[in-house]
Amino acid sequence: MADRNDITTPKAAESTQRPVSPAVDIFEDAGGITLLADMPGVSKDRLDVRLDGDNLSIEGSVEMDLPPGMRALWAEVNVPRFRRTFTLSRELDAARIEANLKDGVLTLRVPKQAHAQPRRIQVTAA
Amino acid sequence: MLETMFSRPQSLFDQIDAVQRLLSRSIGAEGAPGGIRSVAYGTFPEITVGRTPSSVEIFAFAPGIDASSLDVTIERNVLKISGTRPSAVPTRDAKVQLYASERPEGRFSRAVSLPDDVDPLKVEARYRDGILRVSIALSVAAQPQRIAVK
Repeated sequence: MADRNDITTPKAAESTQRPVSPAVDIFEDAGGITLLADMPGVSKDRLDVRLDGDNLSIEGSVEMDLPPGMRALWAEVNVPRFRRTFTLSRELDAARIEANLKDGVLTLRVPKQAHAQPRRIQVTAA
Repeated sequence: MLETMFSRPQSLFDQIDAVQRLLSRSIGAEGAPGGIRSVAYGTFPEITVGRTPSSVEIFAFAPGIDASSLDVTIERNVLKISGTRPSAVPTRDAKVQLYASERPEGRFSRAVSLPDDVDPLKVEARYRDGILRVSIALSVAAQPQRIAVK
C-alpha cells in the first residue's frame, strides 16, 4: 500500500478563500472506523459528504447569522468553508457509511465489509 | 495489522497538513487587534467579537456541546464562557485503535473584555449548529440617536 497517499488532497478551490481543514478524531474498532469532525456553523443542508471511488470527502459551508451592520472588533476565525478528504481502503464498506450531524459535529461510521471483520476460526479435532 | 487507515499517523503529509492548519488559522486573524485577554491560537472555543450600532455580538465556535452545560456569565464587564466537552474516543477499550485525536476535549473557559458602554442586563445567548452567539445590547446612552430639528 506504499504507493497510495493516504492524505488529505484538496481539490481546486471553488472560491478564493482556502477551505479550512476541520479537526478530526478517527478510531477503529472491530466493526469499522468512526470519524468525528468539528464543523461549527455547518447545518445539514450545507453539508456535503461525498464518495468518489476510494475518496471520501467532507465539505461544509459555515453559516453565521451576522446581524446587519456588524463590524468585527476581534476575529480568531475567518472560516467560510471546511473541507477534508480521506482515502478509504478496500475492506471498508463504503456503501454502508452512516453520517450524522449534531451541534456542528459530523460523525461518520464506516463499517468493514463482512469478510473483513475479525472472526474466530473453529478448530475441529481430527 | 490491517491496512485500515484514513491517514497514517506521523507521516510527513500529516505534518504538512498540520502546518497548513496553523497557517490558515493565523492568516484569518491577521491585522486583528490584540486584547489583554487574548490567548494563543488553537484555544477552544475560538471567538469572534463584533459590534453593531445597538449591540456587541460574541460568536464562540464550540461544536459538540450540550447547550445546557454551557456556562455564560458577565461580571464587571468581562464575559466568561465555560463548559466541558466530553471525549468521543473510547480510550479505555484496548481493542480500539486511535488514528487521530485533534478535537479538543475536557474543561474549557474563555473570557472576553466587553466595551464599557454595554448593558449587562440585556443579554441573549443562543446555541445553534455548534456556534454560541451572545448578544449584549449597548446602553441606551451609547446608541445612535436621531435628534429632531425643530
